[in-house]
Amino acid sequence: MWSAELKRGAVAAIFAGGLCAAAPALAWEPTKPIEIIVPAGAGGATDQMARMIQAAVQKNNLLKVPTVVSLKGGASGGEGLMDMKASAGDPYKFIIAQSSIYTLPFSAKLPFSWKDMTPVAIIALDEFVLWVNSGAPYKTTAEFTAAAKKAGTETLRMGGTGSKREDQILTAAIEKATGAKFAYIPYKSGGEAATQLVGNHTEANVNNPSENVAQWRAGQVRALCLFDTARLPYDEKVTPDMAWKDIPTCKEVGLDIDYTMLRGIFLPGKVTPDQVAFYQDLFRKIAQTPEYKDYLKNQALKAAYIEGEAMTKFLQEDEARHKALMTEAGFIAAH
Amino acid sequence: MDALLSLMHGFEVLLTFDKMLLMLVGITLGILVGVLPGLGGPNGVAILLPLTFSMDPTSAIVMLSCLYWGALFGGAITSILFNIPGEAWSVATTFDGYPMAQKGQAAEALTAAFTASFVGSLFAVLLITFLAPSIAEFAIWFGPPEFFAVYLLTFCSFVGLGREAKHKIVISLIVGFLLAAVGMDTVSGQLRMTYGSVELLRGFDFLVAVIGLFGISEILLTMEDQLAFKGQKAVIRMRVVWETWKTLPRYWVTLLRSSIIGCWLGITPGGAIAASFMGYNLAKRFARDKEGFGQGRIDGVLAPETAAHAAGTSALLPMLALGIPGSGTAAVLLGGLMVWGLQPGPLLFTEHADFVWGLIASMYLGNIAGLIIVLATVPLFAAVLRVPFATIAPMIIVSCAVGAFAVQNAMFDIWLMLAFGVVGYVFKKLDYPLAPLVLALVLGDKAEDAFRQAMIGARGNMGVFWSNGLVGTITTLALLMLFWPVIMKLVGLVRGGRAPRTA
Repeated sequence: MWSAELKRGAVAAIFAGGLCAAAPALAWEPTKPIEIIVPAGAGGATDQMARMIQAAVQKNNLLKVPTVVSLKGGASGGEGLMDMKASAGDPYKFIIAQSSIYTLPFSAKLPFSWKDMTPVAIIALDEFVLWVNSGAPYKTTAEFTAAAKKAGTETLRMGGTGSKREDQILTAAIEKATGAKFAYIPYKSGGEAATQLVGNHTEANVNNPSENVAQWRAGQVRALCLFDTARLPYDEKVTPDMAWKDIPTCKEVGLDIDYTMLRGIFLPGKVTPDQVAFYQDLFRKIAQTPEYKDYLKNQALKAAYIEGEAMTKFLQEDEARHKALMTEAGFIAAH
Repeated sequence: MDALLSLMHGFEVLLTFDKMLLMLVGITLGILVGVLPGLGGPNGVAILLPLTFSMDPTSAIVMLSCLYWGALFGGAITSILFNIPGEAWSVATTFDGYPMAQKGQAAEALTAAFTASFVGSLFAVLLITFLAPSIAEFAIWFGPPEFFAVYLLTFCSFVGLGREAKHKIVISLIVGFLLAAVGMDTVSGQLRMTYGSVELLRGFDFLVAVIGLFGISEILLTMEDQLAFKGQKAVIRMRVVWETWKTLPRYWVTLLRSSIIGCWLGITPGGAIAASFMGYNLAKRFARDKEGFGQGRIDGVLAPETAAHAAGTSALLPMLALGIPGSGTAAVLLGGLMVWGLQPGPLLFTEHADFVWGLIASMYLGNIAGLIIVLATVPLFAAVLRVPFATIAPMIIVSCAVGAFAVQNAMFDIWLMLAFGVVGYVFKKLDYPLAPLVLALVLGDKAEDAFRQAMIGARGNMGVFWSNGLVGTITTLALLMLFWPVIMKLVGLVRGGRAPRTA
């Protein structure tokens, strides 16, 4: 990798030397404002990520042009996806995508595929945690699943964001792994699911860390387990006696499910390689900023930086996995 | 008093030259965005947000929240002058505000609206100052059945207390429900009534519908009336403000009632729109003489404005204390909090006292400064009505189109606005009320979600709407409102007298 980079650099230097001494580092540069498409509502996790990117770019002078955030949250973000599809060839907008790029086409027959867009980079992975109200009698994952199985007709209520999306897919996976049944209640946002849990209107949720952190710190909810293969690395205390690192993985406590969600950057389809290279360079720089690093820590996101071939491979595997999970749960819309 | 000390500290944080300057900038910009229909608080705050990234959080929130107050004040201006609500909660203000302007009392109506906004906000800020932590708990009691009950109460009070023929109100409501159902259904995750159109994916935006239904249809009607605005005899003197103020203490019951309704519905998230309608309807219900509502009564302006602004202000409380935004603007501010490195939630009040109390102090100062600025502009805005219609109509249409476009940056919305304009025209010609349609469009899908969420949670048992004191009271109240005219007739019969007039 390093040597290839060097070789390419050497070749470029030779050519540049022959042509002009002060050749620009990049072949394409934006000359007008760049639109950040947020396929979600105001104040949600994706919107916050867009604001972080905006702040990181601005404070570190990474771009010569301004950025504008456009909220296109209609149809659970389908509006933003379709906007990207319709903008083929336009290098002045990028989208902050998450797993709805697979789930919406499957569940709602949205005529869209992530292949309609140009992958730039995956800049983080979002985790999921099993949360219960801190007043609840179950203190561990095992006690919780036992209670869910025993509940009989008084099914435990599981809150989550939207329908047939990540939260419900995960709920279906828990049902399959444990044999318990939940009444899944779809809310408009993770924030709503969080307060509904605090108010005892639901018994549990599988929110992202950032969606429940305020309630966790205030001692209103309890974290049971993390749906990942490894614990989070953050060892700074968040509550008086726990750090993110102290939450066991679900596998450790006998619930063998792992599920993370990409947070990735895509350009519209049919953009030129130069344009993709420009954005890859930009996001590599953003990933080095203190704003980005603080953001990962504060939101308890899993650090990841995937681009190029590896990203395509990741997307293909992730899509296949979603298709399998959703088929099993019966979430695929009939054609 | 802990709260008083903290508040004093807040003022101390705030009373610096640069923060005061930011306040004035925020308010002035806010009034400007508020005046343009469609370009309301949320857009204004979103546009300015990037500018604040390099500021300290307190300065940033002071400027943005002052922009919010400014937009709240400004929203009433177009409602009263042109019958075009600038914000969701200004719809009820048009009911009496516009007729007042037509009668030549635009200045009085504007003064009343601004003062009412101020009173409502002040009431809410006082509540936040002294009861913040305990009041915030209230929002947590609200689960799906409670939310549904509140929406039901709003719909029922409309049907029960509405002036128009009941069947027309119901038909208008149903059209609204139908339109609200377009787009993604939260509960099933399916698309409904989009017919493969990308534009319909996001559903019908409330603001686009309102601009068309009220604004464009009004222009069409005025054109039919030989291109004449009726407000040309408007008296334009600064003294009007003072003279209007002298009459206001008479309406203290209306102001107090609306403030309480507003705070209650503002703290339960998403209630500002319901608050303005409910404030208006209850003012009508409890007025000693029911005549004249809808034809330009000053308390018809006071009631919805007070309630809406009490709600708009108290909506910031659940955002700060729980991290649930109570309004569109609050949601954008919430995003800002995160960027400034603050975590909204139960611990914000203790961990970032400077920020919270600086914000609360800015609510006091911002509202006072806002009131002075808008009152000073009353003669100016009232004078707009003297401009000949043929001159001003194209400007209104352009600003409507800009507003409709700005909501989602979509050309399609401008066509939609025109279509709604025709619908509004037909409705007005046939004497169908527009407000129920708007109400159902705004709250319809929320009510539907809440009902279905409640049913999933309760395993299909309708008893859930009477399962505790809170939800039971609201549901019963809703049904009482719905059957109010029938109940009054029955009471009249039992008493043996003549049936009392129904409103």
